[in-house]
Amino acid sequence: MDVYLDHNATTPVLPEVVGAMSVALSQPGNASSVHRYGRLVRRTIDDAREAVARLVGASAGDVVFTSGGTEANNMALRGLGTRTMVSAVEHESVLSAREDVSLIPVDRNGCVDLDQLKILLTDSQLQTLVSVMFANNETGVIQPVSEVAALAHEYGALVHCDAIQAAGKLPVDMDALGVDMLTLSAHKLGGPQGVGALILRAGLDPEPLLRGGGQERRRRAGTENVPGIAGFGAAAIAALDTGRANGDIGSLRDAMEQRLLDIAPDAVIHGGDVARLANTSCIGLSGVTGEMQVMTLDLAGVAVSAGSACSSGKVMPSHVLQAMGQDSDSAKCAIRVSLGRTTTPAEIDRFVDVWAEMARRRQSEPEARRSVA
Amino acid sequence: MSAAPTAIYLDHQATTPVDPRVLDVMMPWFSETFGNAHSEQHVWGRQAAAAVEGAREQVAALIGAEAREIVFTSGATESNNLAIKGAARFALRHGRGKHIITVATEHKCVLESCAAMTEEGAEVTVLEVDSDGFVDPEAIADAIREDTILVSVMAVNNEIGIIQPLADIGAICRGKGVLLHTDAAQAAGKTDMDVNAMAIDLLSISGHKMYAPKGIGALYVRRRPRARLLAAFSGGGQERGFRSGTLPVPLTVALGEAASIAQGELAPERQRLVSLREAMITRLRDNLGEITVNGSLNQRVPGNLNVGFAGVDAEALMAELPELAISTGSACTSASVEPSYVLKALGLDDAAAGSSVRIGFGRFTTRAEVDAAADMITEAIVNHRSGNSARAAE
Repeated sequence: MDVYLDHNATTPVLPEVVGAMSVALSQPGNASSVHRYGRLVRRTIDDAREAVARLVGASAGDVVFTSGGTEANNMALRGLGTRTMVSAVEHESVLSAREDVSLIPVDRNGCVDLDQLKILLTDSQLQTLVSVMFANNETGVIQPVSEVAALAHEYGALVHCDAIQAAGKLPVDMDALGVDMLTLSAHKLGGPQGVGALILRAGLDPEPLLRGGGQERRRRAGTENVPGIAGFGAAAIAALDTGRANGDIGSLRDAMEQRLLDIAPDAVIHGGDVARLANTSCIGLSGVTGEMQVMTLDLAGVAVSAGSACSSGKVMPSHVLQAMGQDSDSAKCAIRVSLGRTTTPAEIDRFVDVWAEMARRRQSEPEARRSVA
Repeated sequence: MSAAPTAIYLDHQATTPVDPRVLDVMMPWFSETFGNAHSEQHVWGRQAAAAVEGAREQVAALIGAEAREIVFTSGATESNNLAIKGAARFALRHGRGKHIITVATEHKCVLESCAAMTEEGAEVTVLEVDSDGFVDPEAIADAIREDTILVSVMAVNNEIGIIQPLADIGAICRGKGVLLHTDAAQAAGKTDMDVNAMAIDLLSISGHKMYAPKGIGALYVRRRPRARLLAAFSGGGQERGFRSGTLPVPLTVALGEAASIAQGELAPERQRLVSLREAMITRLRDNLGEITVNGSLNQRVPGNLNVGFAGVDAEALMAELPELAISTGSACTSASVEPSYVLKALGLDDAAAGSSVRIGFGRFTTRAEVDAAADMITEAIVNHRSGNSARAAE
């Protein structure tokens, strides 16, 4: 049995999304063309824009479709030419979007330190942009975004929120959060890869990254990825109804973590003491590197990850766990398990069995070596 | 689908339908084998990565490149932005020059990318074209200065389909140590493109112009001698650091398949499209007498015809033909009522440019559609002219 527990890396595309994309794929038009084919395509995009806006409580006119979350994050961080402060646990696409970012520290649970943010804001003489993610991709830890936004606005700063991992798992409302810009990615919520969005508060006009052609109200040039956008719209509609599914996923995840801690009482659930995404578990098991754990699980047909997908080719300790105060050994010994809507108790059993074997072998191996010696 | 079955699509330079063979290869990657190609630690990710690398080989083969020289992007607009801004920013940052040469008939995204670089310290020379649409390679040689870093010339024009003399331009640029970028969105898979024979350093490809979906493209980035770029956006460092972001696996697979199909069928398809275009020209001439073909007919991709009907308002003509998809100018600018800047660059006045339409033939266009379209255009023009003369008589 192959078990996929890496839904924070990418999710399977939902059946209704495939349906919406198939319809769009059969429309040959370019949305900028004035003939009837073009108009049909234009309507497909408008409907999807409406659905994505509704998912985050925004207006359709606020949505700028991009090629994905990385592009949207880069546009948000680069487009306003401001002093930029980002939390130390942000995704690489935020951390590296500018060379001149100031890092906002997090506490041992991974939550942004509001006192430190206040000091940074007090010292800043320039127009400032604060970027804090809604939920972390590695630990699932939920940030106090509305507090961050309120504080930042007191100092006249703009606020961006990378909500890629949260959307579809939690209600996301631009107004309730009080943020000025928000990033979404379709393939993290059952939509296709290759499409995302930057949602802009009305009146904000970041410098476009891509020029040429007046698409997206001149905010993002390039022929629209119509099937992708149609799929994103269908995924957004599906994501509006996430409450019950998340309750089930949460109890599955909590029971799993309890079993792991029973098997290996020294195991650590990073961020486990604070509010997290219901589907995400970041588990530290001392003495076995995350790479080794992932490899062992892979051989047994269970897909999890160490760190985020983008950087998983590299053997680097997680910057997220290090920012939470873990030393680099501990930060190297963690894996991320992320559940999806289709995850079954039997799949969790399979994972727990393989993990338990790993934990047991870890204890017996030093003894085995000693007896050979 | 939603369009009436009698509708005829002759706007293949704006976008092409997805080839059913491409769809078949692509669709399983959405929901059956759906991994993140960067999750190489597990089998889902490795399958996805293998599919992406296979597609990279297919795209490379189409233009005579090596697979590792292909960077996947979201489309030709991104590729053009990355090539021009990336090369200019690298050179500006390292004090290697600041001058860019391009041509008046380039796609808007090339012209606007060049213009954007002037705000960062670059200088841009925009060369004119002759009445057939060609840029003179000698004019490029003359325009190259000590501090020239990049020449950007499209392979095939999107409005008039003419093929620029890239091999000559490439030899000049290579000889002077200047990077050559070409926007090959309209050329790849339609005319022979070889990055080595043409000495091209950077080449942009669009998926949806060659029967793959929208939302995918590629940029060829030469390794020897190395073309150096600064990335347009940063993050996970995918695509050799040139282009961060999760790759859309189904779309890359689709682009690869589309490239292979186009490469395999290029020669016979060229013959077929030439005869369709000839049939259109002949029928329009037989029906209407004088028509004007804009741009060279010889050095031109076979799927493109750009034709002027004296005294006819092209916008009004299109409005009378809701069942026929043709265009004035490029899709990106056709919503505006300005006469085509490409046609004006050939020397056409506003009236001549405003009476021209682009007719784009494609892989699924039939002879019957061409004949029907010619007759629809004829009827509309005859009505148009008799309406005009009736009004004149009143």
